[in-house]
Amino acid sequence: MAFDWSAVLSALPALWSGVELTLLISIIGIPLGILLGLLLGIIRAYKVYVLDWIALVYVEAIRGTPMLLQVMFIYFALPMISIFGYHIRFAAVTAGIITIMVNSAAYIAEIVRGSLLSVSSGLKEAGLALGLPTWKVILYVILPIAWRRMIPPLGNQCIISLKDTSLLSVVSIAELMRRATEVASTNYNYLEILTTVGVIYLIMTISLTIVLRYIERRMRML
Amino acid sequence: MSKIIVEFNKVVKRFGALTVLDEIDLTIEAGEVLVLIGPSGSGKSTLLRCINALEQINGGDLIVDEISVLSKRSKIRQIRQEAGMVFQQFNLFPQMTALENVAFGPRKVRGTPKAEAMMQALDLLDKVGLKERAHHYPSELSGGQLQRVAIARALAVRPKLMLFDEPTSALDPEMRQEVLKVMRELAEEGMTMIVVTHEINFARDVGSRLIFMENGKISVDGDPREMIERPTNPRLQEFLQHVN
Repeated sequence: MAFDWSAVLSALPALWSGVELTLLISIIGIPLGILLGLLLGIIRAYKVYVLDWIALVYVEAIRGTPMLLQVMFIYFALPMISIFGYHIRFAAVTAGIITIMVNSAAYIAEIVRGSLLSVSSGLKEAGLALGLPTWKVILYVILPIAWRRMIPPLGNQCIISLKDTSLLSVVSIAELMRRATEVASTNYNYLEILTTVGVIYLIMTISLTIVLRYIERRMRML
Repeated sequence: MSKIIVEFNKVVKRFGALTVLDEIDLTIEAGEVLVLIGPSGSGKSTLLRCINALEQINGGDLIVDEISVLSKRSKIRQIRQEAGMVFQQFNLFPQMTALENVAFGPRKVRGTPKAEAMMQALDLLDKVGLKERAHHYPSELSGGQLQRVAIARALAVRPKLMLFDEPTSALDPEMRQEVLKVMRELAEEGMTMIVVTHEINFARDVGSRLIFMENGKISVDGDPREMIERPTNPRLQEFLQHVN
């Protein structure tokens, strides 16, 4: 069977709208995940009273369950819980963004914790010995060093999360993967469309890699 | 009589089951250059680290510039500003230039405006002979230069007392001399200094008082020249033979 280029062309508009949604969810969800992950990672690394325990349960619960389950839970199960008569109900895309945030934050928390702990304790002591409160030492001394060490594994997580948006198709979010299966199931051009989708994902992830390389090269690794 | 700046009252420090400081009594007056020597594990570094509360004491009391190390955290930060510390491993902040390292304390602790803090930092770097290295990062400096920047960084917060924790132990002989020279100048200016070291010549020539520690206790406390040239304590005699 020959590769039908016209099938690719005719599917492009539909696929493009999927790309837009994939990018939207990633661009909002991943940075939110990084913020939440930073917070959780700091709490875990410095064993903040009580919060440490909550963060640990969070990380284990999210890492230990499939993301497919998480998105279905947020979209289908959460609205069934009644809190004083109110129901937590999200639009599908919002549920998707929340899933990406919640899921990536658990992995990012471990990345952050690891990099914070990798910074020599002598530097923390040097900051404390100047008379600074601990939070200032973390903010001005430890984090700037740890941040540089976080970049490579954080980049890894960004790529994983971007690809994981494809799982959101299960709650009928019309992201790239969902669009592709919709089109292909009507005209059976699976070969052409799935190949095209593969190339599109590669373009997105490789662009991300290039950006990360650039950031890494601009920073002095310490 | 000079003002008492550090006072140990039956200070006990334990690491688990191990007693590292065993009911230490010690009074240090302003202007003293106290040198602490002793075999490794004798507790000399721990004693130093208790003074600025990097180690918490388990018994007794320790008063630094009229503040107890058992006080609340804001008071402890005040002690740390009065007691500058220099570490064996330098511990310079690698993401900052030499100048930024020195200006960091005044800016973040005292809230000194950036331009003013940088000016003062440059003066301090000049004092330790490193003005022309001001814009270099720690990775671009030699061990001796790193330690001199570290001394300038500690001085920048204008401490009343300087703590040196084996400042030359990570350096080769040539670089030791440049660091010891800066320390000697500091002593001549009248800075109160407590120095944990194996540099016997420094102890004899610069120290105003020498303490020999063993097993968490002060074994000998006296005049450096006398203790080094005519040691009477047999353990001190043995120790000095190994060091030289």
